[in-house]
Amino acid sequence: MTLALITAGGFLGALGRYFAGRLFHGWLPGDIPMATFLVNGTGSFLLGLIVGISATTELILFLGTGFLGAFTTFSTINLEIVQLVDEGKWASAFGYIFLTYAGGLLSAFLGILAGYTLS
Amino acid sequence: MNVLAIGIGGMLGSLLRFFAGKATAGWWLLGFPAGTFFVNMLGSFMLGYLTARWKKSSSIPSYLQKGIGTGLIGSFTTFSAFSVETAELIQSGRFGSASLYVLISLAGGIILALAGYKIGAGFSKRRVANS
Repeated sequence: MTLALITAGGFLGALGRYFAGRLFHGWLPGDIPMATFLVNGTGSFLLGLIVGISATTELILFLGTGFLGAFTTFSTINLEIVQLVDEGKWASAFGYIFLTYAGGLLSAFLGILAGYTLS
Repeated sequence: MNVLAIGIGGMLGSLLRFFAGKATAGWWLLGFPAGTFFVNMLGSFMLGYLTARWKKSSSIPSYLQKGIGTGLIGSFTTFSAFSVETAELIQSGRFGSASLYVLISLAGGIILALAGYKIGAGFSKRRVANS
């Protein structure tokens, strides 16, 4: 059951990220990749939320480990940073790093707080 | 075909991350949880490596590249667990560990992606277009 929940969530999460990438294929000012930033921000908020409401184990496995784990990504952030630097777009690289980490952490906090409030 | 390959990659990546998490359960590095960290470092290196390699010359069909890159490695690594784990460290007052977790993930991810990218390109990346 555990593996089935993670597998199903992972399938949907990866596709969710792929389609978000196609939908938000534009760039924020200064060539900052928008799709990965949005996906990681919303995913951090939602994981914070289900942790904050102390969701059931099944929900954590399906939505947390499976869906949101796959929906958000870390490897792509770094590839994008390396590519920005490679193109000499240092300001965009630093802006992207700041937005991703500050935004992700803030989103996680807000999600946890929202979860506490709801539960 | 892309959609199916990415979905299957996502399934495999998530399962691998889950098993890596189980194998490293209770492992802490400088006061932060080590499982997500190791997974993210390995995945950053692999995605950098494969992207450069496939860019150079690729006999691998495009759907398989997407299945492995976007699907498997994209889902193997994760950002939501990283940010929630960091938020929890801060909540419990462990600011030092939280700062180290962020800084080492940030720097390590970039360094490993860059190393993978350079190795994948065979250290002979053509600079003609940039010069």
